[in-house]
Amino acid sequence: MTALISIAVIAPLLGGGVSLALRNHRSWRDAAVLSGLGLPAASALVMLAAVAADGTHTVAVGGWAPELGIVLVADMFAALMLPVALTTIFVVEIFAIGQRRARWGADPALSGPLMCVLTSGVSLAFLTGDLFTLFIAFELILVSSYVLLTHQGAAGQVRSGMTYVVMNLLASTLFLFGVAFVYSATGTVNLALLAERIPQLGDGVRFGIGTWFLVVFGTKAAVFPLFSWLPDSYPTAPTTITAVFAGLLTKIGIYAMIRFHTLTVMDDLGPVMLMVAAITMVVGGLGALAQSDIKRILSFHVISQIGYMLMGLGLFSVAGTAAAILFLIHIMPVKAVLFLVGGLIENNEGSSSLDRSGGLAARKPLIAVMFAVPALSLAGIPPFSGFVAKLAVVSAAIDASATVAVVAALVAGALTLLSMWKIWNAVFWSRPAADPSPGPAVRSGAKTMHSATALAVIGTLVVSLLAGPLLDLSTQAAEDLRDRSVYIEAVLP
Amino acid sequence: MSSALLLVVGGLTAVGLYFLTGRSLSRVVLGYSLLGHAAVVALVVAGGSAGEAPIVGQAEPQDMSNPLPQALTLTAIVISFGLTLFLLALAKRQRVLSGDDLVEDDLEDRRIADPDAPPAPDDAGGADHAESEHPADAAAAGAVASGTEGT
Repeated sequence: MTALISIAVIAPLLGGGVSLALRNHRSWRDAAVLSGLGLPAASALVMLAAVAADGTHTVAVGGWAPELGIVLVADMFAALMLPVALTTIFVVEIFAIGQRRARWGADPALSGPLMCVLTSGVSLAFLTGDLFTLFIAFELILVSSYVLLTHQGAAGQVRSGMTYVVMNLLASTLFLFGVAFVYSATGTVNLALLAERIPQLGDGVRFGIGTWFLVVFGTKAAVFPLFSWLPDSYPTAPTTITAVFAGLLTKIGIYAMIRFHTLTVMDDLGPVMLMVAAITMVVGGLGALAQSDIKRILSFHVISQIGYMLMGLGLFSVAGTAAAILFLIHIMPVKAVLFLVGGLIENNEGSSSLDRSGGLAARKPLIAVMFAVPALSLAGIPPFSGFVAKLAVVSAAIDASATVAVVAALVAGALTLLSMWKIWNAVFWSRPAADPSPGPAVRSGAKTMHSATALAVIGTLVVSLLAGPLLDLSTQAAEDLRDRSVYIEAVLP
Repeated sequence: MSSALLLVVGGLTAVGLYFLTGRSLSRVVLGYSLLGHAAVVALVVAGGSAGEAPIVGQAEPQDMSNPLPQALTLTAIVISFGLTLFLLALAKRQRVLSGDDLVEDDLEDRRIADPDAPPAPDDAGGADHAESEHPADAAAAGAVASGTEGT
């Protein structure tokens, strides 16, 4: 088990390093990246089975006592997130390797290793058992994302990249301040010790810390009103990079929020979170309707969907937290697939602008199907995974009689459907543009891209099929989170 | 705990935030490094009052200052140093592309806010990606793009 947990963090870094060293040998380079991403994904699946069978596992890095050193904790929550996130990155990287010849692709010699560093940060963020290592994990993710976003150096990327970098640097600095506050209030950064000590603090200090981290993680997660950097920067990056960002980065902010705020019993912040969640859902949905570019519409949906997860957390009940976890499992692959399909459309139409596309359903029925499935899932239409996840969130909210949030969730669902309809209408149904296929339709690697997307679509369908067992596992994870003693006893035996 | 250090944290944060709101990237870089310093000093303050160097054999444990915040501080300094360099590189790139280091408006956003405005150069779509195939040409293309934006 120790090996499994370590592999998830170390293997991507090794793979990235080897790939960078072999950057002039294309097939070896890609093989290094793929094994650096595939090995952790496989180990995460085994880890999930192990955690489901016999409970939380911990690794004390370097053999230090948990109060002094770094602990990695694989509890049910982390074990559920890891395989979903790592598999999503793996499939996107296959798409990226297929795309290397296309005009829209990122340079795999550089983006492959960077994606590996990002993956290592993602694993570390899920597994870490202390607040400062969480900061380091965020930095690993963000630093590689800064470079991934701007490494091509085009004007639009540098412009929006600057907003992205500065916003996230500010959030990271606030995170560091937060660590200082927490340390001076409690004398530790270990999450298990914090779970014991923060609830004993006075109300003022406790709320101060809770609200501070709500802002810090909220900026990472792009909740209202801290989302302005997201729809500006995501669409400028190459498809595969945007897919990983949209699928994972904001969700890690939500993950950190669920982890921190349930462990430290911030139940009193619930009403604030619900209000923020309601506004986030509706504002994101309205923003998406106003846009006329596929990638920008999808970027606003990233914001809108964050609201659902925050709503699940804000209920501070087992059902609500379980719903938020299930939503995380559903949204990571779905969001990534939608951006991949957006990339395929861009490849075929020469642009991701709605005005310049049309009639794709007749010419490329496969792309139409691959768009329809995740789009319907995102909008929450049965029988797809989005329906189950949204139903879980809404029914948990009804149980807690949070009427405003329920109404906002339903309105946002309708807005999502409307803007998906807008894309469908413009890209797949409307009369083709005067010049129906501006770019060469078939490029080398197109097959790889299509099969990677198809694989990802199948992945989202698997999530829909397994929704029942996944909800059971999410409920178990939520019970452990709410109970807290499971986590504390595992880390501090 | 020293109130002088707290004042330093407050002062650095205020000046850093003020610089961070500027449009010029060189100011933003300054603001970020000041803010980073403020956070680091805050971490040091969080470690409690100063004492002897925390080396076993040189001082009694109760006289030592707390080593953990110092370790955290060192890590934070390294990260903020690296990121300051990255920001500087970004500012230089922006200068090469547009002749100054100001943060520009999101053109696509402006276009949606005001549909009557003349169509913007393709910001998020093809043009950028076409450039990206030949990074060396991007500077020239960027200069052209900023010329059209000015009109």
